[in-house]
Amino acid sequence: MLDIKDLVVNYGAIQAIKGVSLSIHTGEIVTLIGANGAGKSTILQTISGLIRPVSGEITYLQHPLQRDAAPKIVRAGISQVPEGRHIFPGLSVQENLQMGAFIRKDRQNLAQSYAEVYQYFPVLKQRRYQDAATLSGGEQQMLAMGRALMSHPRLMLLDEPSMGLAPIFINEIFDIIRAINAAGTTVLLIEQNANKALAIADRGYVLAAGQIKLQGTGQELLDNQAVQQAYLGG
Amino acid sequence: MQTFGQQLINGLSLGSIYALLALGYTMVYGIIKLINFAHGDIYMLGAFWGYYVINGLHFNFILTLLSAMIFCAIIGVLIEYFAYRPLRNSPRITALITAIGVSFLLENGMTYLFSANARSFPQVLPTITYHVLGLRISNIQLIILGTACLLMILLELVIKQTKMGKAMRAVAVDPQAAQLVGINLNHTISFTFALGSAMAGAAGVLIGLYYNSIDPLMGMTPGIKAFVAAVIGGIGSVPGASLGGFLTGLLETGVQAIGLSAYKDAVVYFVLIVILLVLPAGIFGKKLKEKV
Repeated sequence: MLDIKDLVVNYGAIQAIKGVSLSIHTGEIVTLIGANGAGKSTILQTISGLIRPVSGEITYLQHPLQRDAAPKIVRAGISQVPEGRHIFPGLSVQENLQMGAFIRKDRQNLAQSYAEVYQYFPVLKQRRYQDAATLSGGEQQMLAMGRALMSHPRLMLLDEPSMGLAPIFINEIFDIIRAINAAGTTVLLIEQNANKALAIADRGYVLAAGQIKLQGTGQELLDNQAVQQAYLGG
Repeated sequence: MQTFGQQLINGLSLGSIYALLALGYTMVYGIIKLINFAHGDIYMLGAFWGYYVINGLHFNFILTLLSAMIFCAIIGVLIEYFAYRPLRNSPRITALITAIGVSFLLENGMTYLFSANARSFPQVLPTITYHVLGLRISNIQLIILGTACLLMILLELVIKQTKMGKAMRAVAVDPQAAQLVGINLNHTISFTFALGSAMAGAAGVLIGLYYNSIDPLMGMTPGIKAFVAAVIGGIGSVPGASLGGFLTGLLETGVQAIGLSAYKDAVVYFVLIVILLVLPAGIFGKKLKEKV
């Protein structure tokens, strides 16, 4: 579905991504793990069109993507849940979701999308008229995910969804990622919480210093000694 | 009591014009963090447009107002496209100085084309003065106040209820996340300039009716005062700009009423300093929260 080939991205004067290739097949959950600063978020920003790569190719459903602007990429069916949630404060929960559907032209199906999001996250329905800024961290994460779902993506990019959340929320978020995937959305998941991410992933890539060091199925990487020492706390 | 009432009416009429202008400053600042110093000159262009369509095409008041709003909206969008968009990723000071440059260009360009002489604004509406409870209220004052309030309500509805208005607010709080949901920054910014400039165009026509006199430099002082009004209200805040505009108008007429006409501008700036000392973010300004 998404193929990245020899991607090189600069972040200011630094070469942050040094020739990364990876692929995601339709229906998978693929996770990208790695330490802080390894370049995980840079890859997502590049896929979403916020950063232009220096070289390399990103192909999505047989179409090159690396020159497209962010709105076009969302319309193509890729939506991102950014790190740190980045919900819109000052807009209500429902307005945030409405912005998630900004690119949708099929107004008649919107009600169904709201219903789906509210089914995944009932708390958002309870709080739909509240200013999004008043939500707790976990609820904001849910809103960010709900907002991304509203564009009806085929591929969802999740950047550190468990960051800063209480353990009870983390489990819930991972359950919902699975459910979203089971409902037909392909997922690319970036996580510091490598244990949890590998446990739900079909395949994983280990990124270090801007390069892919290892790849394999979720289970293979969980069992890998080097991965265990570096990312899974021994 | 009568003088007070009279000054209240005068102040509200003038204040509603400042409020319309202040809205443009605050919306543009909210979305691209630029103080658009050319905004007062857009108001001047609105007044000149009114002058020509009333004299030349014999437009009535409504048509003059609407056409001036459309004309200024287009000018605002063009200014953003040619002058500010190329500097989107430059330091803010570069865009600020460019805005001052655009302001000079409009003022001097109009002086060159139409001379610096003041012209009398055609009376598109006959003035009728009502005497109510000993107060003198002209129909022009009521029309200014009514039109300004109506436009402010419409603007509020656009910002709060429409998809584009919500997109404006989304871009203002988080441009990057706005792009990630597919909002086109350029379109949203153009839309903001169009709305703000349309308000300035309406203000230009209204001030023409009120003061009867227009000239190419007429936008300077009201522009700065409307900027002050936006800052008093809390720059970036739409209700703040309206409130700040009315306060500025009331203050100015109040100072004139007690016989200190010569100091009316000084008092406005003095109040600005006091408010900024007490409330650095303005009345409705958001406290700056550091993101963790």
